[in-house]
Amino acid sequence: MLAFLIRRLLIAVPTIFFVSIIIFGLQQLLPGDPALALAGEDRDPNVIAYFHKKYHLDQPFPVRYLYWIDDALHGDLGQSLRNNMPVGALVLQKLPVTLELGGIAFLIALLIGIPAGILSAVKNGSAIDYAANVFALWGLSTPNFWLGIMLILLVSVDLGWLPASGFVPPTENLGENLRTIIMPAFVLGNAVAAVIMRHTRSAMLQVLSSDYVRTARAKGLSERTVVLHHSLRNALIPVITLGALEFGQLLSGAVLTEQVFTIPGFGKLIVDAVFNRDYAVVQGVVLVTATIYIFLNITADFAYFLVNPRLRS
Amino acid sequence: MTAIASGSTELAERGPLRAALSRLVQRKSAVFGAVVVIFFVAVAALAPLVSPYDPLATNFLAVRKAPSVAHLFGTDEIGRDVLARVIYGARASLLAGVVSVVIALGLGVPIGLVSGYAGRWIDGLLMRITDAMLACPFLILAIALAAFLGPSLTNAMIAIGISAMPIFIRLTRAQTLAVKVEDYVEAAKALGNPHSRIILRHILPNILPPLMVQATLAIAQAIIAEASLSFLGLGQQPPAPSWGSMLNTAKNFLEQAPWMALWPGVAIFLAVLAFNLLGDGLRDALDPRRK
Amino acid sequence: MRWITRIATAAVLAAALASTTSAKTLRIGLAEDPDLLDPTLARTFVGRIVFASLCDKLFDISPDLKVVPQLATGYEWSADNKALTLKLRQGVVFQDGEPFNAAAVKFSIERHLTLQGSTRKSEISAIKSVDVLDEHTVRFNLSQPFAPLIAALTDRAGMMVSPKAVQAAGSNFANNPVCAGPFKFVERVAQDRIVLAKFDKYWNKDKVHIDRIEYRPIIDNSVRLANLQSGSLDLIERVAPTDLPALRKDPKLQTATISSLAYLGITINLANGPKADNPLGKDARVREAFDLAIDRNAIPQVVFNGEFTAGNQWEPVGNPYYIKEAPVAQRNLEKAKELLKAAGHPDLVVNLMVPTTQEDQQGAQVLQAMVKEAGIDLRIQSVEFATSLDRAHRGDFEAWYIGWSGRTDPDGNLYSFVACKAPLNDGYYCNPEVDKALDESRSTNDPAARYQAYKKAAEILIEKDRPIIYLFQRKWIYGMTKALEGFTPYPDGLIRVVGVDLK
Repeated sequence: MLAFLIRRLLIAVPTIFFVSIIIFGLQQLLPGDPALALAGEDRDPNVIAYFHKKYHLDQPFPVRYLYWIDDALHGDLGQSLRNNMPVGALVLQKLPVTLELGGIAFLIALLIGIPAGILSAVKNGSAIDYAANVFALWGLSTPNFWLGIMLILLVSVDLGWLPASGFVPPTENLGENLRTIIMPAFVLGNAVAAVIMRHTRSAMLQVLSSDYVRTARAKGLSERTVVLHHSLRNALIPVITLGALEFGQLLSGAVLTEQVFTIPGFGKLIVDAVFNRDYAVVQGVVLVTATIYIFLNITADFAYFLVNPRLRS
Repeated sequence: MTAIASGSTELAERGPLRAALSRLVQRKSAVFGAVVVIFFVAVAALAPLVSPYDPLATNFLAVRKAPSVAHLFGTDEIGRDVLARVIYGARASLLAGVVSVVIALGLGVPIGLVSGYAGRWIDGLLMRITDAMLACPFLILAIALAAFLGPSLTNAMIAIGISAMPIFIRLTRAQTLAVKVEDYVEAAKALGNPHSRIILRHILPNILPPLMVQATLAIAQAIIAEASLSFLGLGQQPPAPSWGSMLNTAKNFLEQAPWMALWPGVAIFLAVLAFNLLGDGLRDALDPRRK
Repeated sequence: MRWITRIATAAVLAAALASTTSAKTLRIGLAEDPDLLDPTLARTFVGRIVFASLCDKLFDISPDLKVVPQLATGYEWSADNKALTLKLRQGVVFQDGEPFNAAAVKFSIERHLTLQGSTRKSEISAIKSVDVLDEHTVRFNLSQPFAPLIAALTDRAGMMVSPKAVQAAGSNFANNPVCAGPFKFVERVAQDRIVLAKFDKYWNKDKVHIDRIEYRPIIDNSVRLANLQSGSLDLIERVAPTDLPALRKDPKLQTATISSLAYLGITINLANGPKADNPLGKDARVREAFDLAIDRNAIPQVVFNGEFTAGNQWEPVGNPYYIKEAPVAQRNLEKAKELLKAAGHPDLVVNLMVPTTQEDQQGAQVLQAMVKEAGIDLRIQSVEFATSLDRAHRGDFEAWYIGWSGRTDPDGNLYSFVACKAPLNDGYYCNPEVDKALDESRSTNDPAARYQAYKKAAEILIEKDRPIIYLFQRKWIYGMTKALEGFTPYPDGLIRVVGVDLK
């Protein structure tokens, strides 16, 4: 057990290392001198030269990478090139926002996906199965930025029920926070709902046709008990561990959702940074994201391992 | 009951592919998906014959006109016919979907095969790099790649293809590992076949089914990815149409000209839904244990 | 059932209390996120909007572009125009309580000139030294006459910072700026909001009716508008012209527009690297043909709903420095085709580098359709904005569809772009005659003389060389709630909150 954990942790190190190289390399390959982008409209040559010096922009790639890795290992992820705020502080400020968005989105995805999956499995082959399929697939088939804009138009502008964009932290005002987060979370959760529905459905189908359930039915237990009490628990295990893997999906979706709803989270931070050539921010943020993702994966594997005794051999 | 049972036994005797096909056809949603996919492909291929106007023909006097007999889907912000652009846009969007996945397959499958077959340190290294790529959010990778390559449809396809590659590497490797220990592979090894032959003749054909399923589902994701990149200005560039770039423009005119957004949005939705249904159907059809 | 009445009464009471004791907060939607809130290091237009409330300047401008006093009450040029003496306003304090005086002015100006990475240096580089004559009088000694200096002092270069705060904060000043404006800094959440609160010791505090300002950057035009329409914002800037009809129909909202100093044009690569070796860059007749093939009214009409104005110069039509003797030419397809034939390029191909911004793409497409009628094949190369800056700098372009946000003094809209070896002169245009005219315009303070100097430049730039083909000038369009009173739009696009009230 411990050996398994240690082995996974050890493997995580080179993976994170490769992530840092990939994202650093990608950034350096981006065309466009960041000093030019940073120097603003007036493009004062003195300012450009100053930036070249400050951020080692005229040094070759390996040298810049070493500068960066050295700082990073000391806990200094650098400063945003655009507004001088420390990347670490930016990360701490924005990560909770995206985590809240992702968390509520995942919750919504569960609330949509699991019942749809159960229904679909129990009424397998019928029109309800088909309808549940299409309903959950709808989330996967509509571009989420599109859905977001349409919802804003309908719910905020026409109906006036919810704010069109922006974000209020839960510590400031929980009610407003929920009002600002519910639409983007719904938009984001749609796609994940489809995946959850599929997994729930296939897991349920497997369990429902198993000997264990046949025995329960033979014992005369009601269909309801069979479904809810016996099958669901077993079917849910892979679904919950799916959560960790879906984190990556959620973050991808969050990128555009945050853009549309102007949620000051990680996703928006990264996109803006790529377009502004704000290297330090992109590197720092992706590194943090990847690290979290890798550790979530390890945790998920570990949890799955714990929960499923058959795998322990 | 008996008739169907005996029917399927007959089919099974004729070959697993036929059996799979018959299962696929029996599933209504998959058939619907296939029909819609074929419809879109046909429309895209026959665009010059089907389209009522030249998608690039501007008309400054007919800017943002609502749907009418002359323009069934209305006109856009510089007077072009929206229906024509949706039809020609099918080419770009479908191409984006298919080519991206072809790239992902073309890169991912060989790497996955090598990784799964060779094992040991090669496998370890390739998997660490793949894990690293998977750890970066897909869209970020695609955005950075597209920004690096420059905004164009071709570059968007390359960017999406590269970003989707790790999934195929993983899948191929897992399948390769499973198949590697099968008797016929062991037998082929024992007979002294060269590695390349074993991989190409014995392993690859047997792992195709799950790859096909994933590819179909990936096409759906790729079409949405193209729309997402276009939304950020990194995909198909004007004046050439693609559904995603049409949405990007349309979002500025939602109140004045909602038809500009409606039709490309519907097109994306139908196409992606169709590929998803088809992919699901393929998965069920190729895996008889699931029914 | 009683608990329902109890809750209802409580709610009503709370609402009543809230409406009487809540501070008047003005929520403003910006089109981008500002960069650094440090006047010496700031580089974006949108940052200037925040500065308008945060940092007072030596001078300001009136809506008709006249210089008005702010922290300085008057100025006087010496006879040789090489020394500028300013009289400062008395009784002004910075937001940390420190007194505003000549020493503070000297400190601020020297900071602009000497701080590493200062983006203000080139704007006031003519200042050689600053003398403190007495507590409320200061003199700038120039190395040579420089007429645009006053205009520079109406912008960020004229913003004064508290010496004590700078010395205490060092390089962190941008995270907690201290100036002398009507509102002081409260907090900033990057990409989310900037919050300012009323400075109760402001020298003009009687005109300040707002207690708190929240700036929210919302990049997407439709989302920014949606926020205004749903009531989450009170005022938004840069409304898309195509959204104006919807705004005008909304009974809860009102609009304000003003013609702006910002223009859009096509910069042509005349001598920057190998790409300059193309017909457009090499032959002035080809450029003239291109110019004549354009109907200047088309883009404002089609893309901007008729709101923006056609233009052919770096100043908008109606500006005192618009050269009336070089009016907007009529489209002339015949002459264009003739010129192209004479130059030997009847089937001209032009590669136009266009940023991926929506309205730029649309404008370029309209252009493409227009010049096609003269036989010109305009090919649009979409390039991401940051990349386009780089490519322009390196000369990797033939023609570049790009704008400028506009400065109050015409020098700010012209010199850096067309003077030999100037920083924004990406086309490497160089004509000593033009340079001579521009230097003349800088050396005198007499508007009539400056106009003549600009006229000389215009004759070459607009009618002969055409290094930049100016297309149109923008309008600043604001949307706001009907409850907002006293808002005046300015040609520089900045939002001045003094005098504004929320009913």
